[in-house]
Amino acid sequence: MTAATVAGPHQYMAEQMRWRWSEIAFWLATLLPFLVAPSYLVLANQVAITALFALSLDLILGFSGIVSLGHAAYFGVGAYAAGLASKWGWGEPLSGLLIAALAAGLLGYVTSFVIARFRHLALIMITLGLGLLLQEAANSASWLTGGFDGLQGIHTWSIFGEFHFDLYGYTAYGYSLSALFLIFLIARRLIYSPFGLALRGIRENGQRMPAIGAATREHIRTIYTIAAIIAGVAGALLAETTETVSLEVLGFQRSADVLVMLILGGTGRLYGGLIGAAVYMVARDQFSGLNPQYWYFWIGLLLIAVVMILPNGILGGLSLLARRLKVPS
Amino acid sequence: MPPVFGVLFDGLAYGMLLFLLSVGLSVTLGMMNFVNLAHCSFAMLGGYVTVTLMNAYGWPFFATLPVAFIAASLASVALERLIFRRFYNAGELEQCLLTIGVVFVSIAAAAYVYGTAIQPVQLPDYMRGSINYAGLNFAVYRIFLIGISLVITIALVFTIETTRFGAQVRAAVNNQRMARGLGINVDGLFALTFALGSGLAGLGGALAIEIVGLDPSFALTYLIYVLIVVSVGGLGSIAGSFAAAMVLGISDMAGKYYVPALGSILIYLVMMVLLMWRPSGLFGRR
Repeated sequence: MTAATVAGPHQYMAEQMRWRWSEIAFWLATLLPFLVAPSYLVLANQVAITALFALSLDLILGFSGIVSLGHAAYFGVGAYAAGLASKWGWGEPLSGLLIAALAAGLLGYVTSFVIARFRHLALIMITLGLGLLLQEAANSASWLTGGFDGLQGIHTWSIFGEFHFDLYGYTAYGYSLSALFLIFLIARRLIYSPFGLALRGIRENGQRMPAIGAATREHIRTIYTIAAIIAGVAGALLAETTETVSLEVLGFQRSADVLVMLILGGTGRLYGGLIGAAVYMVARDQFSGLNPQYWYFWIGLLLIAVVMILPNGILGGLSLLARRLKVPS
Repeated sequence: MPPVFGVLFDGLAYGMLLFLLSVGLSVTLGMMNFVNLAHCSFAMLGGYVTVTLMNAYGWPFFATLPVAFIAASLASVALERLIFRRFYNAGELEQCLLTIGVVFVSIAAAAYVYGTAIQPVQLPDYMRGSINYAGLNFAVYRIFLIGISLVITIALVFTIETTRFGAQVRAAVNNQRMARGLGINVDGLFALTFALGSGLAGLGGALAIEIVGLDPSFALTYLIYVLIVVSVGGLGSIAGSFAAAMVLGISDMAGKYYVPALGSILIYLVMMVLLMWRPSGLFGRR
């Protein structure tokens, strides 16, 4: 591939890491809602949070090949951690994110020992079981989580005592977008590092990587913990900006939805999750008049169509189109 | 606190139901490695066929069961020939997504046609009530359920172990490429097995209405139970599915009776412990 045209591994890595114009344009476009659609800032906030969650799933699914049907577990734990901290009198948002990251990261670290041992169907089942287990546990522990009624009494303080969370979502979107951008930078750095290269190796061939001396299980444990932390931060953002946490944050539906978004955008592409989340959430908002039952009819058809026609998602389709048209990207 | 035997009996009936719902998926997964998450959609179809025939056309309950079986197997073959067969060599993620898409569509279609309410069925009088024996109550319908499942299980084992068709299925599950090399028409065999398995799921769906109710979310709710049975039992193993369905059915019932605080956590715990102990299932070889 491109490796043949560059001089050495260092130059190859540097070449990969270079910022492209399309990326800069993308991030400038994320500022547009402030200017052109202030009434949609609440939705934009949801999109940014979901995009962060999808990015986290992309790290393990797209780059490391770990299929997870229970990723909402970490999102939910982060949301409950931040929500509980606020309920018990500590509503400072930034440290709330840290608390959530710690809680989700701890859970991710513990579960990663199990995750790294399995592949294929057993792995899918174990991640699914873990998600359902946590949801049932949260449902049972209603003294802590509020059970079916959700967590009440969350109040998020202003950021630095300056930026108050308003009703229109100016602060919320700015806050979530900043978090998304910073974490994206970290994820981008991670993916284009030798560690990221090793992860892609594991995705492509899980048997050959140990044979060339890569510490496969350790790598999987590391990236899984990192992904759990990011998911936890996304959950905490949701809890802080909406000031509610319901059982739904842990639900299978959330795990399935984020998977759909990621596939729709394109896996293993960093921006796939972000684009997929934006398209999915905006479409759902547009069709919100529809009964949710029927919304899933279209989602189902969309899934079938994406798998059959656009196996690499929107971004995969676009890059194919770009190559066909010989446009240098 | 309910007597041990009562719980065992209910768990057994529930386990039999899980077995009927999942055995088809186990065999097809073992044969083609095709992750068909839409399996319970066929079960749901069977359930709705029974409901429709009984409530709208006044058919007796028993007459609807074969129709449920046939409807589910026909629908599954149509889908298999049209869509699924192109994805046998695709990754498991693609297969999961494709079939979960089918599940979403089927749920929405069922909600559109029947609404989201739980569908009522009126069992014949002799199927209701219960038999009192040695101080214990045995619901007639559950006895019937256990009986019919046992008959089907024995017929299945007999078919798989002694007939030519069964030998071919075993060969294809064991080593698909080798079976092809020996001239077995694995594709045709697979379509037949797929139809049979989905038909059994349809039958299971029809029989399940009385026990667990039927609404559009059935395809997703029971999918999880079925996947647990299949992955714990081991792919392609009928005995494994049977054992796993029994263990899960009884432990779920026992958990709900004795430790209601744990609710449905127990079934997931049992699954995860079993899978961690044996990642390829109780009777799995891979």
